[in-house]
Amino acid sequence: MIRFDQVSKRYPGSNQALQNITFNIDQGELVYVTGHSGAGKSTLLKLIAALERPTSGTVLINNQNISHLRSAAVPYLRRKFGLVFQDHKLLYDRNCYDNVALPLHINGISGNEAGKRVRAALDKVGLLDKEKAMPITLSGGEQQRLAIARAVVSRPAILIADEPTGNLDENYAAEIMQLFNAFQQVGVTVIIATHDVRGISPQAKVLKLDHGHLTSQFGVEAGSESQPHAGAAS
Amino acid sequence: MKPWLNQHAQALSLVTRRMKSHALATFLMFMLMGVTLCLPGTLYVIIDNLNRLAGSMQSDPQMSLFLNMDADEQTIREIADRLEAHPNIQNHRFTSKDEAWEQLQQNAETAAVAGNLEKNPLPDAYFVTPAPLTPAEMENLQAELQQWAGVELAQLDTDWIKRLNAILQLGKKGILVLVALLGFALIVIIGNTIRLQILTQREEIEVSKLIGATDSFIRRPFLYAGTIYGLGGGLVAWLLLVAIISLFNVSIADLAELYASGFRLDLPTLETSMAIIGSAVFLSWLGSYIAVNRSLAQLD
Repeated sequence: MIRFDQVSKRYPGSNQALQNITFNIDQGELVYVTGHSGAGKSTLLKLIAALERPTSGTVLINNQNISHLRSAAVPYLRRKFGLVFQDHKLLYDRNCYDNVALPLHINGISGNEAGKRVRAALDKVGLLDKEKAMPITLSGGEQQRLAIARAVVSRPAILIADEPTGNLDENYAAEIMQLFNAFQQVGVTVIIATHDVRGISPQAKVLKLDHGHLTSQFGVEAGSESQPHAGAAS
Repeated sequence: MKPWLNQHAQALSLVTRRMKSHALATFLMFMLMGVTLCLPGTLYVIIDNLNRLAGSMQSDPQMSLFLNMDADEQTIREIADRLEAHPNIQNHRFTSKDEAWEQLQQNAETAAVAGNLEKNPLPDAYFVTPAPLTPAEMENLQAELQQWAGVELAQLDTDWIKRLNAILQLGKKGILVLVALLGFALIVIIGNTIRLQILTQREEIEVSKLIGATDSFIRRPFLYAGTIYGLGGGLVAWLLLVAIISLFNVSIADLAELYASGFRLDLPTLETSMAIIGSAVFLSWLGSYIAVNRSLAQLD
């Protein structure tokens, strides 16, 4: 489903963010991307979600090479993902309902159909009673759950979360992680970047990054990825 | 409902809600556009009406066809037949040289001059009333008649109308320049307004892009906003124009009465009204299109 082959990413005027990354994520997998801050976790997620393009190497999403994607096609690819950001990226000028409805509006869904889906998503994260509340009145954990509701409302096949528990205390964090596990159990591919390795479930795949290198990957398919070195990536 | 139709409906309702919540700012925007557009509109109506006035005057003119001094009966009759047959000539009247000479001698003012002359210097003449024609057609007709055998001179006394027309043409050109300048100003004003709106919604635009909004999705509400500003501004301009003309007409009625004329300024025609509102909508759409495209390019 997601395939990285010899992927490197360099931002202009900075060090190599990622070097020669090769891995494979199958449908329905639960994947953790770990490593200290600055190891390249966010960059990796941005490459998966087509928010960035690789400097070299190949990123395949559903057999689509995102390096060769026309920029007009990028929005449609992004809609396949549900994104949860570390800083939530909620819109504070509208209530919870409207925040969750935004992806549906982008997809041209409104009215009753949208209402049903928004409430289902809010229900899943336990915020059904906060429909009319403004996001600023919610606690940190609730805001993160609202962000998750927004990410899943258009029923994406892939859910990507960047440090979803970064700013939360332990109880909230466990709650959030359980939510992600629940989505994975209904068949959603879940990819989570975290520096916090305590709550990682044993059946998960773990990609460990260190200074832009993939130092180990273990889990269901541990060690099975070894591609021939095609094309120089420095 | 089809998704694309749905997206348009959503964008439109979003924009109208935003405009309602900033009703005063929206109203001021309408007024600004209306006043700007009403200026060239008023001038246009005035020039248009003067044109009409000039047009009604030039339907009267007569053409004088002076024949050669040695024109014989035969030639005079031929010319009469040709005038009769010509489609652009309403009627014609023949005055022989003897009749004209008599008239000259009987007229108190010219009798003295006539007395000094030994013999009749006047030629036979036709006085021709053409059908209603444009100035250019009139000149063509004059040139045509001038070529006829036996015609010494075909004279058209329309010089003053030509001058008036030239002045009116100049006025129209002036309006064109004014429209171009004010149109440019409108594009800039609308562009700037939309740019500020984009800035206040920057966060929403960024998040929308992250979760898969296309550029046209982001552009749509701003284009609708621009179009609505244009529509409102155009309507205000039209209302102002009608009010100004009605106001002028009160004074013009007094003035026209002194000249025993029923002249009034006409209200803008349907076409003029549509042109005013249409150009307002177009200019303002264009301004917002430029602004939103620039902002989208900066966001990437």
